[in-house]
Amino acid sequence: MNSALAIPAFAPVLPEIILAVGVLVLVLFGAIRGERSSGIMNVLALALIGAALIAVLMLPSDRIETMNGSFVIDSFAKFMKSLTLVASAGGIILSIDFMRRAGIDRFEYPILILLSTIGMLMVISSNDLIALYLGLELLSLSSYVIAAFDRDNVRSTEAGLKYFVLGALSSGMLLYGASLVYGFTGSVSFPTIAATLQGNAGFGVIFGLVFVAAGIAFKISAVPFHMWTPDVYEGAPTPVTAFFAAAPKMAGMAMATRVFIDAFPGIIGQWQQIIVFISIASMVLGSFAAIGQRNIKRLMAYSSIGNVGYALIGLAAGTPEGIQGVAVYMAIYLAMTLGTFACILSLRRGNVMFETVDDLSGLARTHPVIAFCLAMMMFSLAGIPPLAGFFAKFAIFTAAIQANLVALAVIGVVTSVVGAYYYLRIVKVMYFDEAVAAYDPMPSGVRFVLALSSAFVVLYVLIPAPLTAAAGAAARSLF
Amino acid sequence: MVIGLSHYLTVAALLFTLGVFGIFLNRKNVIVILMSVELILLAVNINMVAFSTHMNDIVGQVFALLILTVAAAEAAIGLAILVVFYRNRGSIAVEDVNMMRG
Repeated sequence: MNSALAIPAFAPVLPEIILAVGVLVLVLFGAIRGERSSGIMNVLALALIGAALIAVLMLPSDRIETMNGSFVIDSFAKFMKSLTLVASAGGIILSIDFMRRAGIDRFEYPILILLSTIGMLMVISSNDLIALYLGLELLSLSSYVIAAFDRDNVRSTEAGLKYFVLGALSSGMLLYGASLVYGFTGSVSFPTIAATLQGNAGFGVIFGLVFVAAGIAFKISAVPFHMWTPDVYEGAPTPVTAFFAAAPKMAGMAMATRVFIDAFPGIIGQWQQIIVFISIASMVLGSFAAIGQRNIKRLMAYSSIGNVGYALIGLAAGTPEGIQGVAVYMAIYLAMTLGTFACILSLRRGNVMFETVDDLSGLARTHPVIAFCLAMMMFSLAGIPPLAGFFAKFAIFTAAIQANLVALAVIGVVTSVVGAYYYLRIVKVMYFDEAVAAYDPMPSGVRFVLALSSAFVVLYVLIPAPLTAAAGAAARSLF
Repeated sequence: MVIGLSHYLTVAALLFTLGVFGIFLNRKNVIVILMSVELILLAVNINMVAFSTHMNDIVGQVFALLILTVAAAEAAIGLAILVVFYRNRGSIAVEDVNMMRG
């Protein structure tokens, strides 16, 4: 019996199988129940994500390859998959009330979120270029539709169109790079590519590597492939923006780590320069371009570009400490992003959503609790101790200095000082400016997300050990 | 003249460049952008199949088939988004995709 005909081990793929089968059932269920089944659909989708999260946590911690070596699980995959599933659940919980009030509470929304989540899980676990591409396309194709979900709104559809055009271009570039890597190393499998490239890479491989890096940089919205981010973040419905800022970033950073550390460890000298460049460019653009922004969603878009730049510092270090920093940074970034968007989603009077920085004016007097939580998020994003954001940046910069990337760490510190200006401006507007009329009470789902993420950001200083230990185990599993 | 691997790679590189320029230089119509995206994906397919036959390795052709499938799905979703955009905006000219800028 040929081993290729043997049935592969399905147990490591259990989270993806749960989600995929569940999505098919939900599609049928939605088609039978019709348009007005979105309430129960959200609950079912959250239950599926919960089941997948349990399945992820029950996976063994040692490295297992399956599906003819195209799918791998290790501690790193477990860690990033857990983050991604939490982010997707956050994207659904934040959307429930918003979608109902906007009259776009169709049952397709949780289904599309689940589909793109499957794509993210596949990308995180991919162990060859084909699995990477297929997971990435599943993630991207559902994201384009989610961006245009408010289909009667010209801004939302424009966001979807822009995301589609630039996303298709970037996956084309990634594929072109993948074809060159395949051609010049003779394999699509990451371990084989890594074994072939030991210190000496030909021109073709470097060329392919650059294209692959460009495709990945687009997905995590790193400069110079960030141009879609502000427009898509502004145009998409706000819960969708929250989802985009959280979940695909987790998968994207995991994908970058997987590709560079797993497939190209032998030519770190070549890709380190690329990562250092896009990291510096992202940090600088993220902190300077956000200064003039009036729209909070646009501001958060530049903030996310900057944060990706910081996370890339850890990847540029290319050491276990650096990857541990990336994992910690992404976990803390997830809490800060979801919390900030929960605050943005509470700025509503009747059917009007408010989205500019001036609408936060005097929030401390009308809604002291929301203002306090948002202030904590902003202080944390600015990297002020003892909030979680400080420890995220600290882990990254320490790893960079240990890897002799002192200049990169210095630039990171300088840009985070510049970035502190616009984060602190929001705090100033909330606490010292003239109060505007009060907003509607917060919906319970949004309040739940805000409470959890605020508690995480504020209390992280007391019990950092579980997260750093898990991130450390995740990082060591890659080396 | 023997047509070798480098000829195929050159054709693919030319098509890829044409596709990228088609996206950035085109100021008229979004449909042209969709065509350019297809051009890029087909250039990649030429690369894949050329490498596959050159190395006598079937994986590249499998990859090419998967790319074809995904390209079809991508085109379907692109056209669907284009249709909803047209309903709202009444135009699919590239210069009309400009509600947000700043």
